Amino acid sequence: MKVSVKRNEVFQEFEVPREPSQTVLDVVTYIQRRLDPTLAYRYACRVGMCGSCAMTVNDVPRWTCRTHVDRVLENDQITLAPLRNLPVIRDLVVDMREFFDKWARAKGEFHGRLSRHDQFDAVRPDSPPRQQADAGIECIGCGVCYAACDVVKWNPDYLGPAALNRAWTLFNDVREKENLQRLRAVAGDAGCHACHSHVSCTERCPKHLSPTRSIAGLKREVAKAALRGDL
Amino acid sequence: MTYKSETMLWLAQRASAALLAVCVVVHLVTIVYAVRGGLSAAEILERTRGSMAWFAFYSLFVLAVTLHAPIGLRSVLGEWLGWRGRSRDVVLSLFALLIAWMGVRAALGVFA
Repeated sequence: MKVSVKRNEVFQEFEVPREPSQTVLDVVTYIQRRLDPTLAYRYACRVGMCGSCAMTVNDVPRWTCRTHVDRVLENDQITLAPLRNLPVIRDLVVDMREFFDKWARAKGEFHGRLSRHDQFDAVRPDSPPRQQADAGIECIGCGVCYAACDVVKWNPDYLGPAALNRAWTLFNDVREKENLQRLRAVAGDAGCHACHSHVSCTERCPKHLSPTRSIAGLKREVAKAALRGDL
Repeated sequence: MTYKSETMLWLAQRASAALLAVCVVVHLVTIVYAVRGGLSAAEILERTRGSMAWFAFYSLFVLAVTLHAPIGLRSVLGEWLGWRGRSRDVVLSLFALLIAWMGVRAALGVFA
């Protein structure tokens, strides 16, 4: 097959042999090990857990370690590029700092109500808040949703689907104590209210999560807090 | 603009959209129903003048448009032209006043 790899704004062509059950990450690894050792790309686990190998494959952001070549090959050709909406460091490697800084800005860290001297909170798995949190909890931070989002492209300050999804899972954690501050952090033009519900994040999420639903939940909760006068 | 004001704009946008959904349907159905046999401007004015109920309805319509259009345009200008900040909000406030003035003028002209 022919593989075009975007390197420094120019596409470089490679010829890579087809193998059974070959993934796109296998293809990139083949290029780096056999054809051009200067090719830069990023991966760690190879099994869809670490979220580090996402790239743009035939114009679609995907996790490459679990994307089989069979599914994406078009006319015996694959085009690879770095993720959109993030600064490129080199070749297929993007700088994820802004992506994760936005998690921090959306108050993506847990602040427990209890100390080590208190009894544990009993969290029922079937309680509605826990189910809401569980629906978004499996995010691996791959940045695919962020690259797929038009609003991130139009509004560089926008926190993005992953950070807002994270905020929503914490909002629904009954052990969390800073939810009002979290709603303040995610309100407004750079937060949940910027989302146009294009659903690209949900369409592309490799873990089949729905950041769109999480963002809608945040919009509802922010609106309620605003109407109560708490915001 | 603070996150609080932006949240209130978002709420106003959603509330005015809900109002517009009703107003636009009533407006279009009324037009189609009223002109099905052909109507002159004089005949229209003869029917509408002095109707306080319709004046109230169209005042509400104008209010909804006054809120909805500038807030929507605010996002368009920010996302497509990168125009953000105070200057955008000042210009859009003036735009809202223009819509309100034109709308109220039209409603007064037809119904008062």
